[in-house]
Amino acid sequence: MAGAEGGPIRTAALVAIIALAAWFGISASHDFSKERIAANRRARLIASLNSVLDPALRERDLATVRIGVTDKDLLGNEPIDVYVAEDRDTPVAAVFATAETQGYNSTIHLLIGVSRDGVLTGVRAVSHRETPGLGDAIDIQKSKWITQFDGKSLDVPDRSLWLVDKDDGKFDSITGATVTSRGVVKGVKNALLYFESHRDELFTAAAAARSHDDAEQ
Amino acid sequence: MQNSNDQRALFATAFWRDNVALVQLLGLCPLLAVTTSVVNGLALGLASAAVLVVSNTIVATTRRALLPAARIPLYVLIVASLVTCIDLVSNALLDDLHESLGLFIPLIVTNCALLAQADTVASRKPVGEALLTGIATGAGFVVVLVALGGLREVLGHGTLFAGMPMLAGGAAAWMQLNFPFHGMLVAVLPPGAFFGVAALIALRNWVGRERPAPAAAPVAEIAAAPAQQ
Repeated sequence: MAGAEGGPIRTAALVAIIALAAWFGISASHDFSKERIAANRRARLIASLNSVLDPALRERDLATVRIGVTDKDLLGNEPIDVYVAEDRDTPVAAVFATAETQGYNSTIHLLIGVSRDGVLTGVRAVSHRETPGLGDAIDIQKSKWITQFDGKSLDVPDRSLWLVDKDDGKFDSITGATVTSRGVVKGVKNALLYFESHRDELFTAAAAARSHDDAEQ
Repeated sequence: MQNSNDQRALFATAFWRDNVALVQLLGLCPLLAVTTSVVNGLALGLASAAVLVVSNTIVATTRRALLPAARIPLYVLIVASLVTCIDLVSNALLDDLHESLGLFIPLIVTNCALLAQADTVASRKPVGEALLTGIATGAGFVVVLVALGGLREVLGHGTLFAGMPMLAGGAAAWMQLNFPFHGMLVAVLPPGAFFGVAALIALRNWVGRERPAPAAAPVAEIAAAPAQQ
């Protein structure tokens, strides 16, 4: 049918109008959501940091300083964030967000909370692709397995016993997911080893970052 | 009168006879991937349907003014912009849900049902008809996503409507039903998605079979008659 299609000029004008409308629409939704998304992200981060902190510290609105660290042997290939929580300018805890360890199917990301003296206050597997029904028992929503690390340190049990029970260690392994369990135990142990050797460094860096912030304000 | 009958027929065609998921088998990627629970299926279905309705309307409005060569890029632009808006807004307002749907909201862009609709319906039909078809198709998609999500959630988790507060606020928590069994894991794994969608397609074919049957009967008699002689 004649006239069913527009000419090039009409087409170009229409495309321009729609592109402009799309641009307006997207920038409007961006403006609308930008701050909310940032707030959601902060809330998510604080909630997740709190989940691995000592319960006594959770209620308090602690200042946290983020420090980027890399240790290919202990923390995985990617640079990771360590959050140092401070109470009245004294470092009280550190949270690894997140240490990598190799699971059965893929890399497991562990959120690990350590108190000032190197005692674990909580471990969570925040992202993983372990087999549903077997390895996914590392997920706190599936089982309490991961809470066995609470209160442990490199001295309790002795660091030579930081293995799963099948390897004559002190940690329960998940039935049918020994490789996953081994990976998590190793990842947590490595994070503790890192904390042991870099603790003062981390706390100094946190103090420096904070005083830098204060100076800017 | 005639008009409303036409509309009803149009709706029935897009919703049931040519159901986008169960008959045309389009949009299977989100269909199979996110339907581990009702709330996921419902949320992704609603998002896809919203994009479909709006994109159909815009495409139908502009169809006469466009050179054919400019159509597809423009559809992509429209669909991608709508999806980006939905992604941003849902990230802002429905954060938990956005987290659980993950990549599948941006991936609505690649839902071939949307482009197929834009190209086969919206670019050839008047606005009203395109809008109605979009609504019917979208509704058909939502229903299938919710049915498959429900099926897999009951069989896989032993719950129904878990997590509705993510979509509808804390007041929706009462909707959750818990069944007295743990569920079979396979239902929420990828194979369960295929079993589930196969069951739904079989059901759709079984229900859909009953109507054409009487009309087909005389043909069968005529065809059978010569054979007996």
